[in-house]
Amino acid sequence: MSRNSDSPGAPLLAAEAALAAGGSLTARQAFLRHFLRHRLAVASLAFLVLLGLLSAAAPLVEAWLGVDGNVVDLFNAKQPPSPQHPLGTDELGRDTLVRLLYGGQVSLVVGLAAAVGAAIIGTLLGITAGYYGGRLDALLMRFTDGVIALPILPLLIILAVVDLTKLGLPPDLANSETISIYRIVFLIALVGWTTVARLVRGATLSMKAREFVRAAEALGASGPRVMLVHILPNVASPIIVATTLSIGGIILLESVLSFLGLGIQPPLPSWGNMLTNAQELIWDAPVLAIYPGLLIFLTVIAFNFLGDGLQDALDPRAIHQRE
Amino acid sequence: MLSYLARRLTESMLVLAIMSFVIFALLGLMPGDPIDIMIFSDPEMTPEDAARLRALYGLDRPITDRYLTWLGAALQGEFGYSRLYNQPTMDILLPRLGNTIVLMGLSLFLALLIALPAGIYAATRPQSLTDHAINLLAFAGISVPPFWLAILLIILFAVTLGWLPAGGMGDGRDFWSDLRFLVLPVLALTIATVGGIIRFMRAAAIEALRQDYVRTARAKGLSGRQIVVGHVLRNAMIPVATILALQMGNLFSGALITETIFAYLGMGKTIYDSVVGNDYNVALVGLLFATLTTLLANLLADLAYTWLDPRISYQ
Repeated sequence: MSRNSDSPGAPLLAAEAALAAGGSLTARQAFLRHFLRHRLAVASLAFLVLLGLLSAAAPLVEAWLGVDGNVVDLFNAKQPPSPQHPLGTDELGRDTLVRLLYGGQVSLVVGLAAAVGAAIIGTLLGITAGYYGGRLDALLMRFTDGVIALPILPLLIILAVVDLTKLGLPPDLANSETISIYRIVFLIALVGWTTVARLVRGATLSMKAREFVRAAEALGASGPRVMLVHILPNVASPIIVATTLSIGGIILLESVLSFLGLGIQPPLPSWGNMLTNAQELIWDAPVLAIYPGLLIFLTVIAFNFLGDGLQDALDPRAIHQRE
Repeated sequence: MLSYLARRLTESMLVLAIMSFVIFALLGLMPGDPIDIMIFSDPEMTPEDAARLRALYGLDRPITDRYLTWLGAALQGEFGYSRLYNQPTMDILLPRLGNTIVLMGLSLFLALLIALPAGIYAATRPQSLTDHAINLLAFAGISVPPFWLAILLIILFAVTLGWLPAGGMGDGRDFWSDLRFLVLPVLALTIATVGGIIRFMRAAAIEALRQDYVRTARAKGLSGRQIVVGHVLRNAMIPVATILALQMGNLFSGALITETIFAYLGMGKTIYDSVVGNDYNVALVGLLFATLTTLLANLLADLAYTWLDPRISYQ
């Protein structure tokens, strides 16, 4: 189904492809050469690095402009751009640029953390299903298909309003400001692991039959050791590709939940919750509805291009399929 | 074939039963309970009154007990009343299920109408300018936040141009004026859906174009169009049907966002409103409807395989 679901060890293939091309490239050189050829992916990587640096520098920008992103000033609400507020102010008089940068911190951190969490769950399930096969495999894959088919957003909406004190969390922790970040990372990782699980299972299935795995087994290596030491490093590229490709969707999911008021809770800004009030603002301050959405859009598309480029570079067979 | 169908239906019912318990349990973990809401609206209620009411409604019993009670009533077609609307749950949900099916069905149909030709066209001209343009648009469709897209459409078509209503539903008197309310939600959901299908269609068509039967067809002198229509399309549809089945959950999620923003009275908006407004009966049955819809769509796609690919037979 997916292009590299049956790819047997992409790094090996990359090296083989390079040798076949007549050069004596190492796998790393071949990877770089392929990746740099994907201009959109390179541009996306540059954009994301820049965005990450700017977001990290939010406190510096705040100090430089001499504003405070959290102070409500209703007399200066919805101001047009000015030297002090390069992108104007929002409906509560807060500086839009500074809020966008802090929102970027939250959206990027949540996206990366949830993607890594989802990748860990997916890798564990996929490698177990693929290696042990049989009934366990069938069961785990039926479960995966079931989760994929579920209407995720309505379920996340319920999960997002669950009262954490009823789960036994101390009230001061359950109601703290930053809990919304941990909560959303946890929830998204809980539902976002399916793609990685399927890809890793496919890659594991083809690795399992290779000589080095069978040799390790013949020497008496235990199942977990074979999976961890011999298979995992060789299925790293599908994991990296699937994780990168999933970050975009995860950032979208976070923004949707925050937009609906169920994700990151104000006053902590995220690009999603900055749009919560946008629907009332479209009549008198439509730009406030544009900026955060545009940043989500550009970030998500950049992660998708990056993932696409990585896929091409790590799995040259995919390139042949493109042509 | 019949036994396969029976097995799949049984499985779907099992998943539905499991989901109903999971959702029931999750709703029990939501902040407050129905009695808290009564206390809130009636300050003179004493703690003893509250405890008596809890016992009366059975809220002091363990969750499995309460679930079995609910299940027993549900199996007899008794789904309780909506707290927000003061109507039987089904009276609220059934019309809205219809509205959602209209929204999802139209959007999916339009998305396929665009994606199939676009994906195949791109696949037959790989790495051409058109291919790159289609690819770029598909990526844009996948990456755009659906709620932001909806807001942009409102800004453009309702605020700036004033052509279409910003949201709501028609009053049911005039079909054509009611239709105007559907345009923007359908457009938003179509754009959010089409990108993914284009990419799958393109990949599947490229795969089909590399097969030997295509080379044979070319060798015997068929035109490009005949090859695409007669050989590539149907074979490429097989993997696309899988993806479509798996996309049903996504499509429903998209419908929820679209409905919420355009105040379109469908299942998605109703689920959102009922969860946020502590309307437990509606939330529970609404979520089960959503699950059932995706399960049935899945089954339908599986059956579509046999039609698309006679090599597959279900035993």
